[in-house]
Amino acid sequence: MPAGERQLDGHRVAARLGAALPGVVTHVTDEWVEVEPERVQDALRWLRDSEEFDAAQLSDLTSVDRHTHFEVVYHLQSLDLNHQVVVKALVADHDQPSLPSAYPVYKGALLQEREVYDLMGIRFADHPDLRRLLLWEGYPGHPLRKDFLGIGGGQTSGLQRFPNEDPSSRDRQLNRDNLTSQEMPREAGGHTASGGH
Amino acid sequence: MTTANEPYVLNIGPQHPSTHGVFRLRVVMDGEVIRDVDMIVGYLHRSMEKLAEERTYTQNIPFTDRADYLAAMSNNLGLCLAVERLAGVEVPERASYLRVIFAELQRIASHAMANGTMVSDAGAWQTPLLYMFREREKILDLFEMTCGARLTTNYMRIGGVSFDPPPEFWPALRELVDEMPARIDEYYSLVQDNEIFLARTQNVGVISAADAINGSLVGPALRGSGVPWDLRKAEPYCVYDRMDFEVPVGRRGDVFDRFMVRMEEVRQSTRILQQAIAQIPDGPHKTEIPLALRPAPGEVYGRVEGPRGELGFYLVSDGTPAPYRFHVRAPSLINLSLLKEMAVGASLPDAVVALGSLDIVVGDIDR
Repeated sequence: MPAGERQLDGHRVAARLGAALPGVVTHVTDEWVEVEPERVQDALRWLRDSEEFDAAQLSDLTSVDRHTHFEVVYHLQSLDLNHQVVVKALVADHDQPSLPSAYPVYKGALLQEREVYDLMGIRFADHPDLRRLLLWEGYPGHPLRKDFLGIGGGQTSGLQRFPNEDPSSRDRQLNRDNLTSQEMPREAGGHTASGGH
Repeated sequence: MTTANEPYVLNIGPQHPSTHGVFRLRVVMDGEVIRDVDMIVGYLHRSMEKLAEERTYTQNIPFTDRADYLAAMSNNLGLCLAVERLAGVEVPERASYLRVIFAELQRIASHAMANGTMVSDAGAWQTPLLYMFREREKILDLFEMTCGARLTTNYMRIGGVSFDPPPEFWPALRELVDEMPARIDEYYSLVQDNEIFLARTQNVGVISAADAINGSLVGPALRGSGVPWDLRKAEPYCVYDRMDFEVPVGRRGDVFDRFMVRMEEVRQSTRILQQAIAQIPDGPHKTEIPLALRPAPGEVYGRVEGPRGELGFYLVSDGTPAPYRFHVRAPSLINLSLLKEMAVGASLPDAVVALGSLDIVVGDIDR
């Protein structure tokens, strides 16, 4: 149950949001609602102003690189009703990603969108001051993109296995996952769950 | 004879006005009045989020110490709670109490730093700061005797905490908690009726409640504007639901209110500590978790009320040992969203105090 205690069911949000703004919801899960990227401002504004959801504060705005597209994730919350709503917008164009800014709805998006632009390279239309935030103008690339390091040969960034873990022993490794540190043989090598013996 | 006013650009920094962290302001001044302000950050950027995607969940705990280095315990706790929810790890009761104790000690230490340096920004150079550091020093000693480190504690673990405090910890903690109320009164007496301090802080850097909410302000910056929002009450984690404490709020939303909210929070943290010491049960301080922790694919947004407000960790797992995406919702950065609204039209000394009252930690801004 990774959803927060006070996080609203995506289906409930989608039903009301879809009724108010027909066609704006593109996909829904238990945890979040995906909205039409071009209409993300309308969806956020409706959630902010609706009495039922009262999503007065943009708690967090971030993005995820899914290789073929980007996800921009909005965590909204109501301080009066004490609940959270999670909204996502999928940016399909991986080469020239762009999305309307949430700044006209939430001033708290100002720096968060600059950070997403800086590190993930998604442009926000209507943002009043879209410049890089942490890196400098002219920095080559956007580091949080998965292809930033340019690893070739079918390799992806990330950590596919534990340090010192022998890839051929992956199956054996998975069976050892239930071991705890007390049961682990000390010679396994540091604190890693090496399957090499 | 009249002379035309010509706006000029004033560069402040790169340094914090009271030199903790590296932060640069570029201010356009028209005489004494600020016409525009731009902040340049990133001097401490260590690309923590990218690094985290190449490391296991446990390996990422020490990074969080270095994000907000004045609240390492709270940052540890935020990450551990998020991973525990993602992976479905249970935490023993004693560990939850120890987490509350260390998170509240950290809050007192951090607020001592915040208020001390803010008073320095307002012109009371170093004297109140050193009074507040006296108690902060004792808290850091408590950290040191428990986990060996004072600032970058790396104390919390997924499933609990790394060590049970040694026997000498408890009497030292009780002594600190007992003397704290008198110390807080002493801090008040230093500044509360000081005319200069009041003149520098009252009705300066005012933020309305509506602006604070819309601008994503959190923590004392939000509560100073009169919004009683505290995640320890709204979404109780660990054992905060068993603690009796109040959420202090300000009225005007000015620098003075934010200062007083922090001061009152120190008092409330002391109350929480007293209750936690009385209630803490015996038992294990850690659950054993699989060394090869591979949470099922999914995502989680875990958050805690750090000293600077809502500290969030957005984690996406793809079933590998490392997070697919690791995002920190840094309160120090997002509390600066209204910097322009606060500073434009004010004088430079007022803007410096207003910035100090937001309690930014540059490691948290830049990550």
